[in-house]
Amino acid sequence: MLANLINGISLGSVYAIIALGYTMVYGIAKMLNFAHGDVIMVGGYIAFYSITLMGWPPALAVLAAIVVCTALGIVIERLAYKPLRSATSLAVLITAIGVSYFLQNAALLLWTSNTKVFPNIFEKLPGLRLGAMQIAPVTIITVLANIVIMVTLTLFTTKTKMGKAMRAVSEDKGAATLMGINVNRTISLTFAIGSGLAAIAGVLLCTAYPTLQPTTGSMPGIKAFTAAVFGGIGSIPGAMLGGILLGVIEIFGKAYVSTQLSDAIVFAVLIIVLLVKPTGLLGRKVNEKV
Amino acid sequence: MKKKAVSAVLAAVLSLSMMAGCTDATATGNTGATAGNDGAAAGSTDAGATDAGSTDAGSTDAGSADAGSADATAEGGSLTGTLKLGMIGPLTGGAAIYGNAVKNGEQIAVDEINAISADFQIEYNPQDDEHDAEKSVNAYNNLKDWGVQVIAGTVTTTPCVAVSAEANADRVFMLTPSASSPSVTEGKDNMFQLCFSDPNQGSASAQYIVDNAMATKVAVIYNNSDAYSTGIYQTFNAKATELGLEIVSTTTFTDDTANDFSIQLADAKDNDAELVFLPIYYQPASLILQQAKGMGYEPTFFGVDGMDGILTMEGFDASLAEGVILLTPFSADATDDLTKNFVATYNANYGETPNQFAADGYDCPYAIYRALQYYAKKNGGLDVTGMGADELCEILISVFTDPAFSSDGVTGSGMVWTANGEVNKAPKAMVIENGVYVGL
Repeated sequence: MLANLINGISLGSVYAIIALGYTMVYGIAKMLNFAHGDVIMVGGYIAFYSITLMGWPPALAVLAAIVVCTALGIVIERLAYKPLRSATSLAVLITAIGVSYFLQNAALLLWTSNTKVFPNIFEKLPGLRLGAMQIAPVTIITVLANIVIMVTLTLFTTKTKMGKAMRAVSEDKGAATLMGINVNRTISLTFAIGSGLAAIAGVLLCTAYPTLQPTTGSMPGIKAFTAAVFGGIGSIPGAMLGGILLGVIEIFGKAYVSTQLSDAIVFAVLIIVLLVKPTGLLGRKVNEKV
Repeated sequence: MKKKAVSAVLAAVLSLSMMAGCTDATATGNTGATAGNDGAAAGSTDAGATDAGSTDAGSTDAGSADAGSADATAEGGSLTGTLKLGMIGPLTGGAAIYGNAVKNGEQIAVDEINAISADFQIEYNPQDDEHDAEKSVNAYNNLKDWGVQVIAGTVTTTPCVAVSAEANADRVFMLTPSASSPSVTEGKDNMFQLCFSDPNQGSASAQYIVDNAMATKVAVIYNNSDAYSTGIYQTFNAKATELGLEIVSTTTFTDDTANDFSIQLADAKDNDAELVFLPIYYQPASLILQQAKGMGYEPTFFGVDGMDGILTMEGFDASLAEGVILLTPFSADATDDLTKNFVATYNANYGETPNQFAADGYDCPYAIYRALQYYAKKNGGLDVTGMGADELCEILISVFTDPAFSSDGVTGSGMVWTANGEVNKAPKAMVIENGVYVGL
């Protein structure tokens, strides 16, 4: 029971950290960045090569991944999404899927489809013993990283000037422009932050489940998107709650019902939650202005 | 406003089609690279070809009913002309590792065959299908436009099912190097497999475990979203029941949940399984090995051909795979001349050790070549230039289903085919010791 709970939390914390990036971009830019999972994959590769080829220490590798992913996020936003700023959300969504495929195929060309095994960067850290249970250091670090990122993001969006600008943009782009907020720059910044988070998520995902392929990010990306919807998309604490719950439900479903049905159970719970609370667990109800 | 929406959608479509353009460019780029390699290969294959020729002669001497592997210049009719050989497989995309391995293996075989005699030449045309059924049928249509006569493909199962249905209607002979599901050959007399079919692998594994008294209690972890894995599991299960091998734990995962195996391993451990059967590909297997070690569970892990490749994963800690047993028809460490030459040529041309898919690929053009030779010899010669694909199809079906015809290769000697397209050859068991395969 306890073992399953810990397994669930360790899986869920990975979903949560990816979901934070999703929800951040959705909350501000009001678009689903389906390429998020692939930015995670890029982050994983950058960290992988920083460690194996350049021989950099893990901390520097993470930093390199953050820098590259942030830059990548800004470039993607500039080239693919900015020209569609006033287009329908459907067009942006399709573009995001296109960017996702583009990144996957670019990764195939650059790094081939051969699976890489990610080094365990927390090898030297001791795990936590709980009776007979061993909690892996990567789980503890992922949970801690989740909490730190969640708190920082919440403070950033509520207390700083940039954060307030972001919330204003999210409320009403037109009004925000009238208030003298540079909407384009604000959205670019959102993508930069979201992609930086993706780099951290990539390193943690690859450390927890150490295989790396060009398609590594896509499935966790979709799961994390589900987690973000579950917790209430746009809500920062909701992403974390949704992620952890999704992981725990998945593991419990596997352990106590059937390994064949675990995904069906996860999505059944999601459907029930959305039926009862359409905005997700911690989602805010917003009246659509027509 | 409407106009704007339309233009936005158009822009989206345009950007998507640009990406499609990128993929195309990729494919062409790859082909370009291959062409470059060809040049390199042509220089170095002479030695290999001669060796292959001599091995052929050797195997004929050995007294097998292997008339097909005799040289083209032997008495009887000779094989002449130019054969247009097509190949379809994932050269890009997630399964590209398999497609490219097959393509490289086939390319080596084609180069070697072309070097044997100027009278018979193979024109080789590999097409990318990205492991997608629809794209595979498109690739097949491209090959038909090119005038393909025989297809040595497709590489993966799902596309193969789709393409073989078309090829069956069009009467084009297909020999797949690696699509192992029985659904590939089912009801199609023109479709043959060079690899084991999944059912054979499952029952052979159960038989092997019982014959060698490896365990009395076994656990199975398989991927129930994958036809390959499920197919092997079903026949393993049936054979195990028949032989009285007790399966104490059966758990599954899907492509979407292939990260966390703690529950599956805990179930196997709690039920005291001494052996865990893994009819899955090597990538999830590597995670299973790692997580089993993390929880201090050390059963014997037993895999099938999908496990092959685990040692070539960049950064993989080979000590995790210590003692893993797998049934696979090919081992790059085998010491026979045929394998040694193939591995050396592959290494020289592509800078890596060939995996089982490359070996399957290598054997395909040879099997087709020998079948044509066999026919030519029996029927006073055969000129394949400009022959219809349908005509060749009937010829090849008659030879492949002829019990007297067999072909040797790096994945087995004396391969024979049944009328329903399945191959018969002996599986080899390998154990991983100190990071290399050792034959059992």
